[in-house]
Amino acid sequence: MSDAPLAGAGVTVEGGRHARSVAALLRRVPPGLLLAWLVILLAALLAVAPGLFTHYSPTAGIAGHQLRPPDLTHLLGTDELGRDLLSRVVHGAIYTLTGAFVAVAVGLLAGTALGLVAGSVGGVVDDAIMRVVDVLLAIPALLLSLSIIVLLGFGTVDAAIAVGVTAVARFARVLRSEVVSVRRTEYVEAAFGSGGTFVRVLWRHVLPNSVTAAVAMAAVEFGRAILLISTLGFLGYGAPPPTPEWGLLIAEGRNYIATAWWLTTFPGIAVVVLVLAANRISQSVGKRT
Amino acid sequence: MTRPAVLELDNVAISYREQDIVRRVVHDVSFSIAAGEVVALVGESGSGKTTTAQAVIGLLPGNGQVDHGAIRLDGTDIAHLSQRRLDAIRGSRISLIPQDPSSSLDPVRTIGSQVAEILDIHRPRDRAANRERVIELLGHVGLSRPELRVRQYPHELSGGMRQRVLIAIAVALKPALIIADEPTSALDVTVQRRILDLIDGLRAENDTAVLFVTHDLAVAADRADRLVILRDGRIQEQGETAAIFRAPRSAYTRRLLADAPSLAPVSYRAARPAAGGEPAIVVRDLVQDFVLAGRGGERFRAVDSVSFTVPRGSTHAIVGESGSGKTTIARAVVGFQRPTSGHVRVDGTDLATLRGSAMRHFRRTIQLVYQNPFGSLDPRQSVRSIIEEPLLNFGALPAAERAAKALAIFDRVGLPRDLLARKPRALSGGQRQRVAIARALVLDPRVLVLDEAVSALDVTVQAQILRLLGELQRDLGLSYLFVSHDLAVVRQIADSVTVLHNGRAVDAGPVRDVFEMPTSDYTRDLIEAIPGKRHPAFA
Repeated sequence: MSDAPLAGAGVTVEGGRHARSVAALLRRVPPGLLLAWLVILLAALLAVAPGLFTHYSPTAGIAGHQLRPPDLTHLLGTDELGRDLLSRVVHGAIYTLTGAFVAVAVGLLAGTALGLVAGSVGGVVDDAIMRVVDVLLAIPALLLSLSIIVLLGFGTVDAAIAVGVTAVARFARVLRSEVVSVRRTEYVEAAFGSGGTFVRVLWRHVLPNSVTAAVAMAAVEFGRAILLISTLGFLGYGAPPPTPEWGLLIAEGRNYIATAWWLTTFPGIAVVVLVLAANRISQSVGKRT
Repeated sequence: MTRPAVLELDNVAISYREQDIVRRVVHDVSFSIAAGEVVALVGESGSGKTTTAQAVIGLLPGNGQVDHGAIRLDGTDIAHLSQRRLDAIRGSRISLIPQDPSSSLDPVRTIGSQVAEILDIHRPRDRAANRERVIELLGHVGLSRPELRVRQYPHELSGGMRQRVLIAIAVALKPALIIADEPTSALDVTVQRRILDLIDGLRAENDTAVLFVTHDLAVAADRADRLVILRDGRIQEQGETAAIFRAPRSAYTRRLLADAPSLAPVSYRAARPAAGGEPAIVVRDLVQDFVLAGRGGERFRAVDSVSFTVPRGSTHAIVGESGSGKTTIARAVVGFQRPTSGHVRVDGTDLATLRGSAMRHFRRTIQLVYQNPFGSLDPRQSVRSIIEEPLLNFGALPAAERAAKALAIFDRVGLPRDLLARKPRALSGGQRQRVAIARALVLDPRVLVLDEAVSALDVTVQAQILRLLGELQRDLGLSYLFVSHDLAVVRQIADSVTVLHNGRAVDAGPVRDVFEMPTSDYTRDLIEAIPGKRHPAFA
């Protein structure tokens, strides 16, 4: 009889200690950063499993439910065709997120490659690449991506690539400056000294030691890409209707801004919150490296 | 000790707090300094010597604190004074001569305003008189043309001159105590001697007490009345310098004394029969010019027709101060830069004939070990992959064989195997340098170029690495080109030597000849500047 409560007590102490160590870990993470990660996690969940959050269709309207303000049946209200706004925002996450990912990937890969070559080869090659980068930076990002879309055609992926190209120049700059300093370190010289070929030394030493800066920047670029993709959607250069892309939602809602404030407000909040979260995370990544 | 103590440390303990962990770095340290006395705090890196000195002047980092004990300046405890009360003491009663003259002066302000600052802080009323005093002080610390210096910026002055400016700041208000934290370790030996003479002169003049913090036992022995030997935050031994040298009581002191090359009784390497065949390195009339950036193609001659030969299996040293061109020669010999003119032959191959892939294959013959083991290892690689990498560069060795070879070298340089998976930052300086040597040796080179390879290490670690290099040379028949500024080390380990001054060889030959019958004034100066002469050969 007397054994059972003791054993039970032991278990609670164990469990308590475990919970305390998790709590200690959480306490060390600043609350703002924690929130930012939760936002990103939520956005990812929205993109992967929109069915968990809403049972309305994002594209099919419900007759008689047009332009309803937020209430219990439609938490964020409905649009002029009776489509549930919450469902449209939830289903739109995938377009915004994949678009941003593709854009950052394009920028990171192409920018890193250009920066690596420019910084490590040096001389004329460096000058040529960096002057092209200067030209790219001189053109306003929106103008540049609009021209690229006109060349590539309209669509989610095309818009994403167009946004990515505007990031290439910035990635190339950051990476080049890192590469130039890593290239001069003794361990890189030592790697050449022990018979390393140019490509191998770049791959094994220069790239791993300089890429952290570009990775930290990728998080900022992620926020920027979301903003720019939404802008393109807003201007009608992104996904065609009835895709529930966030920028497009804001653009469509604009027609009813005087009577149906929720149509612009909620997608706008979604964009702002995601961008802020991405910036907060990039700040922490930048601080740590 | 009849005179009253200016500074007295009584049972002082200091600890640092990192996150939630409190780590004590100084344990129960007690010593005192009387007016006019020089006490040297001697220890290796991590011994707590700088922490102790920082506590005395109230400049511990934010996470450091004095746990218990008293630091008494003229009888009053200053260990727990507020920063405001300390401000009145710092500069006027206690002053500091910092270690690194290049980073201790504000680069955007003139010398004059930086020296005047300390006077203005403590005597704000007579600014005009302070200006005159600045010029007087700069003259007093041996700077030529002080009227000109007050208007100059730090970058216009050499390292030795900057250290003189810092000394002028330190002595400006005739403090009772000067803390000199490694005041000369960033300077060339000949400059070092003059700076130490200056500090000594100023001390005698004002009857100042000096707390001299140093890692160099030989320098401490030359300059200090008493020594305090620290290790891991504990005093190992303290007493009169001469007494400690005559009869060191602690085992640690004995080891320090034995390992310091400049304190060891002068001995040269036994002359060995020259190995036959092609010499390992032949340098003939090497000239290296550098084009100065932004000066219309103006050229600077870093190395001016230097020649030397390194016979197989021997050690040749290149000695010189900073800017003498010694590193330039090392880099030309390993083929990192093409000479402007002259020839370099390594193991019978003329480097000038090598291009591209031939150059890459030549690198198996000769390897370079750098001065700074922190910078020469990729921080992202594990020790194992650092050592294996050179083998990967030369192709087709099966993985198992490669690993075995790396492991053999790893054992050969005396590293325990559990370090293999670590990153360089988890190793000590000595261990890193062993890794760097292992990486150089894994390709079975014939020649090793050691560019100040032991200069950044503590004296006991340095002695271990030098012993290792000696063993490796004997066992593997290696030839060394040993580039160094430290004549005491060179005297101990080299067979022949070239003394460089401003890119020219001013002396050359077998080590014994050069050290005992130097032909140039410069070499005589260098030899004269080797510290440790006051208490020679205790044996």
